[in-house]
Amino acid sequence: MLWSLSWKNIWRNKLRSTVVIMAVMLGVFAGVFLIAFMNGMVEDRIQTVIKTEISHIQIHQPGFGENNDFSLFMPDADSLTQIIDKTNHVSSVSKRVVISSLVASAETNTGVKILGVVPEDEMKVTNLSTKIIEGSYFATDRKNVAVIGKKLAEKLKVTLNKKIIITAQDVNKNITGGAFRIVGIFETDNYMYDELTVFVRYHDLCVLTGLQGTEAHEIAVLLDDNAYSEPVKQKLGKDFARLDVQNWTELSPEAGYLVSAMDQYMIIFIIVILLALCFGIINTMLMVVLERVKELGMLMAVGMSKPMIFFMIMLETIYLSITGGMLGLVLGYLLSNHLGIVGVDLYFWKEAYASVGYSSLIFPKIGLQTIILIAIMVIITGIVSAIYPAFKALKLNPAEATRTD
Amino acid sequence: MNIIEIKGISKTYDKDTMPVQALNGIDLVFQDGEFASIVGPSGSGKTTLLNIIGGLDDPTEGNVLIDGINITSLSGHSKTAFRLKNIGFVFQSFNLIPVLTVRENIEFIMQLQGASKQGRLSRTDELIEAVGLVDKKNCRPNKLSGGQQQRVAVARALASKPKFILADEPTANLDSKSAENLLDIMEKLNKEENITFIFSTHDARVMKKARRIITIEDGKVIDDVIKDKIMPES
Repeated sequence: MLWSLSWKNIWRNKLRSTVVIMAVMLGVFAGVFLIAFMNGMVEDRIQTVIKTEISHIQIHQPGFGENNDFSLFMPDADSLTQIIDKTNHVSSVSKRVVISSLVASAETNTGVKILGVVPEDEMKVTNLSTKIIEGSYFATDRKNVAVIGKKLAEKLKVTLNKKIIITAQDVNKNITGGAFRIVGIFETDNYMYDELTVFVRYHDLCVLTGLQGTEAHEIAVLLDDNAYSEPVKQKLGKDFARLDVQNWTELSPEAGYLVSAMDQYMIIFIIVILLALCFGIINTMLMVVLERVKELGMLMAVGMSKPMIFFMIMLETIYLSITGGMLGLVLGYLLSNHLGIVGVDLYFWKEAYASVGYSSLIFPKIGLQTIILIAIMVIITGIVSAIYPAFKALKLNPAEATRTD
Repeated sequence: MNIIEIKGISKTYDKDTMPVQALNGIDLVFQDGEFASIVGPSGSGKTTLLNIIGGLDDPTEGNVLIDGINITSLSGHSKTAFRLKNIGFVFQSFNLIPVLTVRENIEFIMQLQGASKQGRLSRTDELIEAVGLVDKKNCRPNKLSGGQQQRVAVARALASKPKFILADEPTANLDSKSAENLLDIMEKLNKEENITFIFSTHDARVMKKARRIITIEDGKVIDDVIKDKIMPES
């Protein structure tokens, strides 16, 4: 009886109830969509970190990560990669020689990180080969060729097929240098990375620096799924106790932090929205109680108990909140899912996004778990919003209330 | 048979700040089947007396016994339950639930009582017929005239099969024809089904129909007349 009466009661003032429901719906919709949008951005950033920049796991000599000391290489990298490749959940492995170096063009020079890679292996570990915008990803038999980022090319004022000079330290700690021809220019969503990274063939860099061809400063490991990142890291850490085994959250702490911070941001964000809506609902329901003093007094007079009056007002408030909340959730979920497929292209802010490592093409993403969490929070908001107006109704004196004008 | 016994009722409002004595030592007895009217000028205490009889307000002094039960000593919750079972109310401004139809407004009281669906339906039909609103049973209150709304209120008051009905200025908002019609229905229910009605009014039409007229002034009973017989002052 109370369930249907409360539902009918909220429609006695259609305009007001519609406005409240719309407000709740828009608030929740905005919350859901923004969470999905932020999730999409973070997810994209993480994918960039894993698939383009870092991969899931990297192995170095202890201390190498601090200053990229050339002498801290793993001498038997080939045997290590073979063992790692056979580990469960490892998809592919790539060894790298890494040098912090100076690169110069005819016009200018700048400090960069040179990665000596085996292109065939590297293509399985990172997706950089798909980011080529000019030339190719080492699709040539020529020696001493380089693939550089678009930003670096602009900075050095070089174009495809031009030469750059790489100056580095060799195994004997002497300064050495070599000319490399640009055969490919890439562009990722991270302009900083594009400006600071140069790829050359592993073999060419070994020749330049005097390495034997079995060493590596870095072994990059791609896994079947990000979920295995921690267990595989633990296993490799045990297997290679003398080496430094780190996963992407350690190698790129800001990306790891994004993931954990995102959950907290989401909850804070939704709480702020729901808190604002809560006050709006309380205000409306207080008006409802005030308008119905006479009727509530009559209900008390004819024998409706105070707990029933309380429950009726609670139900009306909860109906309003839940109707708006659920509509907002459904709309937000549907739109996020749709845009998650087609993407939102913020091309006019591409430069700004790329300068901080984000793609301007965002695919909003929201999980069912988050939707359930928001639904629970909406229900709690409805209940919390209902308490004060319902208490206000309880304080009415039926004798006075029935004679109110 | 005495249905209501009022013993030494006094009521003072704002006792601590600016005391106003609304009722001053009222003793009254109502018997089963009465059709009584409490009259008096505005502010004489009619409504306060009615509220105290109905357990909506508490007296400062004195007791109200209904069928021997002292309702003034009941807790708030018990008083509500007592009202639901024993007292019917008709208000000056009808006070129907606007979102419910005529039928639902009447049935609502029985739902509060926990009556069976079958019992509710037959009682509702019976009452709708008694107040002459069969053709309006599925209308909402906003589609009814004032007189029709007050007839629904009477039917609602009767729905719980109360021991008596308290009607506070039931004709105040009605035109003459509607008021006459309503009073005829209540008189008929009183005569044919022995339902006790107690009115608070200063409407001459109600006084004309009432078989007992209790006059209150300044919170005291100054006259208590049964038509064809004058009651000794309590």
